[in-house]
Amino acid sequence: MLSIKNLHAGIHGKEILRGIDLGVRSGEVHAIMGPNGSGKSTLAQLLAGRDGYEVTAGSVRYLDQDLLAMPAEARARAGLFLAFQYPVEIPGVSNALFLKAALNSIRKQQGLDELDAMDLLQLMRDKMKLLGMDELLLPRAVNEGFSGGEKKRNEVLQMAVLEPKLAILDETDSGLDIDALKIVADGVNGMRHPQRAIVLVTHYQRLLEFIVPDVVHVLSQGRIVRSGAAELARELEQHGYGWVEEQKAA
Amino acid sequence: MSAASKQLDELIGREYRHGFVTTLATDTVPRGLNEAVIRMISARKHEPQFMLEWRLKAFRHWLTMREPQWANIHHPPIDYQNISYYSAPKSEKDGPRSLSELDPELLRTYEKLGIPLKEQEMLAGVAVDAVFDSVSVATTFKEKLAELGIIFCPFSEAVQKHPELVQRYLGSVVPYTDNFYATLNSAVFSDGSFCYIPPGVRCPMELSTYFRINERNTGQFERTLIIADKGAYVSYLEGCTAPMRDEHQLHAAVVELIALDDAQIKYATVQNWYPGDKEGRGGIYNFVTKRGECRGANSHISWTQVETGSAITWKYPSVVLLGDNSVGEFYSVALTNHHQQADTGTKMTHVGRNTRSTVLSKGISAGYGQNTYRGLIKVLPGAEDARNYTQCDSLLLGGQCGAHTMPYIEVRNPTAKVEHEASTSRIGEEQLFYCTQRGIAPEEAVSMIVSGFCKAVFQNLPMEFAVEAQKLLGVSLEGSTG
Ligand SMILES: Nc1ncnc2c1ncn2[C@@H]1O[C@H](COP(=O)(O)OP(=O)(O)OP(=O)(O)O)[C@@H](O)[C@H]1O
Ligand SMILES: [Mg+2]
Repeated sequence: MLSIKNLHAGIHGKEILRGIDLGVRSGEVHAIMGPNGSGKSTLAQLLAGRDGYEVTAGSVRYLDQDLLAMPAEARARAGLFLAFQYPVEIPGVSNALFLKAALNSIRKQQGLDELDAMDLLQLMRDKMKLLGMDELLLPRAVNEGFSGGEKKRNEVLQMAVLEPKLAILDETDSGLDIDALKIVADGVNGMRHPQRAIVLVTHYQRLLEFIVPDVVHVLSQGRIVRSGAAELARELEQHGYGWVEEQKAA
Repeated sequence: MSAASKQLDELIGREYRHGFVTTLATDTVPRGLNEAVIRMISARKHEPQFMLEWRLKAFRHWLTMREPQWANIHHPPIDYQNISYYSAPKSEKDGPRSLSELDPELLRTYEKLGIPLKEQEMLAGVAVDAVFDSVSVATTFKEKLAELGIIFCPFSEAVQKHPELVQRYLGSVVPYTDNFYATLNSAVFSDGSFCYIPPGVRCPMELSTYFRINERNTGQFERTLIIADKGAYVSYLEGCTAPMRDEHQLHAAVVELIALDDAQIKYATVQNWYPGDKEGRGGIYNFVTKRGECRGANSHISWTQVETGSAITWKYPSVVLLGDNSVGEFYSVALTNHHQQADTGTKMTHVGRNTRSTVLSKGISAGYGQNTYRGLIKVLPGAEDARNYTQCDSLLLGGQCGAHTMPYIEVRNPTAKVEHEASTSRIGEEQLFYCTQRGIAPEEAVSMIVSGFCKAVFQNLPMEFAVEAQKLLGVSLEGSTG
């Protein structure tokens, strides 16, 4: 589904990603861990189509397309979803309207009819219920004045409504209380599907106890320095990232 | 320039959609301005002596005046002798009694503009007094209004049929000496709308006028006078678009509102005149004087404006709060794109006790647009317990545009409470990316973000107007920052 080869990229002349190789197949769940500033969000945002990064080498194929050649909205319409580490506020635009615009542009691309307001509202309500969200967040402006946890859940709500093929969740677990974490993890697990891949960026082993990944990668200084099965996350929790570096050096 | 910002610049670069010129035969007086021209205008309109005298006084005063220099706008000098001050559709003499009598070309023009007059007449319950160039050519729903004693007619008709009302109120809010453009208007105004709501009557429909400028090199001088007598209520909508052209056109309208005891007037404008091309050539100069007077106790006047057109906008819809407990409001969205300039705002003058005013201004600048909010809150010594709340927000799209906020406050009563808040923001690349990452096209995203920014103003527009205004913003802009 996703194949990243020797990706080098940076911003303002500073290289941040220094040769990433990563393959994700449909049905898989990958976790990406790594110290602060190692390039996890950069990778996620670059994949999602954020403007401003300079790609100096490498390629990214997504569903047999040249991902880097597509504008962000085309990637989204092709089923790529990013749950933002820092969800953005849009004053005056209701959450419901925003989701409607998003869903309908994606549906349009897929040749489906636009959902009318009633069906859409029902869909959103159902998903919100699953995520333990207050319906009152629907008429409120997108993320404006939302608590940290509400923002994160709102990202998962959008993912649940938009039903992407490849979902990248950038630290969606950060800032969630334990109950919320369980609910969100259930939400994500509910979306595991043979036709869908999920990439979790996280600092915490705790999330991976609820959502057990097929592969764990460690990103350090712009490179994937180690990949392994779910146990790798547990070892990291015990020994810290320094341990990976030491092992590598050894 | 990054790919996104380039794309956004292209989006902003959309050409004006309402740009076209109809080829109607018109009857235009030669260019230039002198007493003879004014006498001719007055004579053609069969005006009573008091009108002619008033025009002449205005003209003589105008000769002593200079254009105001204080606004943050720039344009080449205007040659007032190179403007034709009167034009009327040829059919004027016969005076169409129904839409079917109208020049089919004119009807098509309205259709192209998306103003299906017929449909509006039948469906919307909106009485339309359509102004084509200077003379009103269609008036509807008159009978229904007449039953309630409401007078809603072209200004020239009011001069004929209700001269006593015109004489009593004309110039009583905006005197002929008021300012350069208002004085010019007083001398040469050709037509406009007149509205009188008798005591205790609530006007059952939104009153609406569509203005349009169509005559090459013809200044447009409209005059609107609305009076809400004691306990009356009226909501008035003014909307306009204009055809494409490459010469500057001066538009200097005057609107006067008068609210007596317990009366309320809501005046809403959607202004979409030709803004000029991408390089700033052409476009309308919109130098308008709008003022309302809350003359009676507990009276209420609100201005709501959505200004997206014109090359230059110079406009300060204001309220003089004379009556005790009277309320003045100003809600504004002003958008400047390409090389458009807007210097707009309001003046709230608190005279009576316990008077309140609210100002909410949203300025949006894109391209090389310059947007200035200029506001004056004035509290006179007798205005015990006056209150004002002002909020001015500016949104910038792109790096070449400008937003300026110039709030002036003059308080001469210690019991007054005046609050001012201001903010300036940019459509963030982050906001835009957040939307496009959800599959929303950049132009739709910008339109959505801008609409969100303007929401608090749109809420004050009548429903159908709000939808139209939102569409207009989308059309006028559809782009953002890099
Ligand atoms: N726009 C930018 N301009 C300059 N440097 C940037 C920019 N964006 C990211 N960086 C730098 O790139 C590096 C990687 O940042 P990134 O956000 O990808 O890290 P991360 O792995 O997600 O970290 P965290 O765990 O703290 O979220 C950091 O050193 C960061 O400062
Ligand atoms: Mg990060």
